[in-house]
Amino acid sequence: MAVCIAVIAKENYPLYIRSVPTQGELKFHYTVHTSLDVVEEKISGVGKALADQRELYLGLLYPTEDYKVYGYMTNSKVKFVIVVDSSNTSLRDNEIRSMFRKLHNSFTDVMCNPFYNPGDPIQSKAFDSIVSTMMVQAF
Amino acid sequence: MDQGSAAGTGGTLISLSDSEQRCYSGLYALCQPDSSGKLAAGKVAELFRASQLPAETLHQVTEVCGAKRLGYFGCGQFYGALKLMAAAQAGLPVRLESIAGELPLPVFVGITNELEMRYPNQPLTNESQSHILGSVTGSAPRPPADRPVLRHPDTSMDKQEVWSPPQSPGISPPRSPSAYRSYPYGAQRNGTDTLLVYEAKVPGLPSVPQENSSPSHYSLRLQPEQPVITRVASVERLVERVEVDYSDDPWRITEEQREYYTIQFRSLQPDLSALIMGTVAKNFFTKSKLPILELSHIWELSDVDKDGALTFPEFCTAFHLIVARKNGYPLPETLPATLRPGFVEAAVVTAPPSEKIGSVDLQMTSRQGVTTKQEARDESRKPAEFSPKRIPEPHEKPTQHVSTLKPDSPQELDANMKSRTRPRSYSSTSIDDAMKKVEEPPTPPPRPQKTHSRASSLDLNKLFQQSGQGSRRSQHSLSAKSGWLPPPPALPPRPPATQIFSFIPGSEKSSQKVVQQPNFADFSKFREEETSVRGGLSTEDLTPPKLDSTVVHQGHAPQKPVRRKIHPESQSATPPSATPYSAATLTKSTQRPPPKQKREIQMAIRKNRETNAVLTRLNSELQQQLKVVHRERVTLESQLELLRPVAST
Repeated sequence: MAVCIAVIAKENYPLYIRSVPTQGELKFHYTVHTSLDVVEEKISGVGKALADQRELYLGLLYPTEDYKVYGYMTNSKVKFVIVVDSSNTSLRDNEIRSMFRKLHNSFTDVMCNPFYNPGDPIQSKAFDSIVSTMMVQAF
Repeated sequence: MDQGSAAGTGGTLISLSDSEQRCYSGLYALCQPDSSGKLAAGKVAELFRASQLPAETLHQVTEVCGAKRLGYFGCGQFYGALKLMAAAQAGLPVRLESIAGELPLPVFVGITNELEMRYPNQPLTNESQSHILGSVTGSAPRPPADRPVLRHPDTSMDKQEVWSPPQSPGISPPRSPSAYRSYPYGAQRNGTDTLLVYEAKVPGLPSVPQENSSPSHYSLRLQPEQPVITRVASVERLVERVEVDYSDDPWRITEEQREYYTIQFRSLQPDLSALIMGTVAKNFFTKSKLPILELSHIWELSDVDKDGALTFPEFCTAFHLIVARKNGYPLPETLPATLRPGFVEAAVVTAPPSEKIGSVDLQMTSRQGVTTKQEARDESRKPAEFSPKRIPEPHEKPTQHVSTLKPDSPQELDANMKSRTRPRSYSSTSIDDAMKKVEEPPTPPPRPQKTHSRASSLDLNKLFQQSGQGSRRSQHSLSAKSGWLPPPPALPPRPPATQIFSFIPGSEKSSQKVVQQPNFADFSKFREEETSVRGGLSTEDLTPPKLDSTVVHQGHAPQKPVRRKIHPESQSATPPSATPYSAATLTKSTQRPPPKQKREIQMAIRKNRETNAVLTRLNSELQQQLKVVHRERVTLESQLELLRPVAST
């Protein structure tokens, strides 16, 4: 279960960022911001391979003592960032991948809505509900 | 009372005789006025129906008396309406002028309980009906201009208030002044909202009175007057069904609403079974002047297959939600059962059967969410509704049949929708196609595959041998065989693939060719990668070609480098040995045509090894880069250290 989930646009501004409220959102905002650098690094590193071979799932971006940050970048340079608690060791890579897949799917649904202008903050309730299912349940 | 009526009818003083006053006040009391003098819509509707006037007339009455705009019947409106009904029953056009004079009292049939019988509409005034029809068309455009001064800004709120007591429908109008209602008022009873909605649809009337300049597409209603007249006919039938079609459910689409939606859909997209694109729908719905956020939410609710376009049922759902929202209903979080495309689909009338079956099928097969209650309603509604409509029977039967199969919960519907719609196609497959699809998997394509049974591979060999012998040394043999097999992928073998085999016996070679054909592209691709990644190997690639230039068999070409790569790095140093080695392996493999599976496994192993090699290369390069970066970091840090004491001083 994630503690923070963020969707970042191609121009590196957040389209959607939501974190478990108990832990101070500012910290997560900062974490997500710094993770963007790592994302760029990972992407540029694979630049030699053909673009279509780049895998969308970027994997663990960097771990800190409190949490781990995972990244995922779509072909249109929209980035999803998930921050999970380090103490939550039961989360496997596959689960993170499936979380990203769900995010990507809901994001596509949001995009399909003609009333949504790409680049706007995401205000879709359906998207919110998907994210809620993935966040740590509030106690 | 008098001043009420005066005010209500826009300033034209209406004089009420004593008898009229008595009658009206009695009726007024019957209609359960609330504290502010507004009348219960249900009761009013019952009363109107009791007047046995046709739908249009009653609409006119409502408009002219001002209640439509206000959204409720206040004292004045009520009295005005009563007068107008009296006028209508007397055969006069429904105008304000008609009620200026003395009129007989309006007749309300069966103001007591016996109204159920009366539902089948006995048009009290057939001639007046036709007359009024004539005047309807004339007067329909008038209302906006005709409208008295009264304007109520909070009509939607009022409407909401009025609608809040959803009366138990026409089925059991208690001792109210019921008897009949006109259809729209019957529709009103259907959940009160439907009247609102229906009113919105009546030609020439803006759906939300406070926005008389409301969306242009609503004003489109002015044009299709004709549907009004046809609707009278259908509406009469609706009266019969009014008991069946009750439901206090604001989320149920009634027939007249559906017809209106159909008309609107046609204006955007003439083919009822096709889709409306997202942008088109966006422009259309933006005219309703709802906030974008709400429109976005409505879209999310109604586009169940998430394809960015609206089918006809989705369109109906979206339109209905918009109308409901405009009338003050809060948007639901999830799609109500009655608005699900399956449900909406089941009642759709006018679509052409075949394509409709297609899109219906799409909905049907995913429509797991129809509740039993809904099904019951469906069944009860269907016989009644469909008879007058022009639906072909077979079309309906599938929908009925399928809808009975779905006892699942709405959540399952969503899940199914989601799972089905991952492919996001615009397809609207017909039932036939769906069935064909089902049938297809059982009949496997006759691929002679390199897998499985020996028998198949043996046959394959025989075949190949036959054809191979026919045209051995020609490259056409390859293509001939490729006719059999799944044709080899697009990538042609590379020119350096001209390295070939001196050996090449006849038939075995051909069989080999065949076997390797499907792998051609892969090998080539890997070869390309290899050559690009490993600079060293590229030279090696070239050397083998020079070695064997005798026979040119493009088919086998990729095999060679593949073979080389089987022993990835180790072989790189020994290109010459590679060739004889590959030749040897080739011969070896030629001698063993039967175990195609092993072949395949070997191919797979080779491929995997190649990828492994690539990845290890990448890894090593990245490690080197990492080291470089580390060194840089160290130097920078040392510089920082040097600077710090300087800075601090």
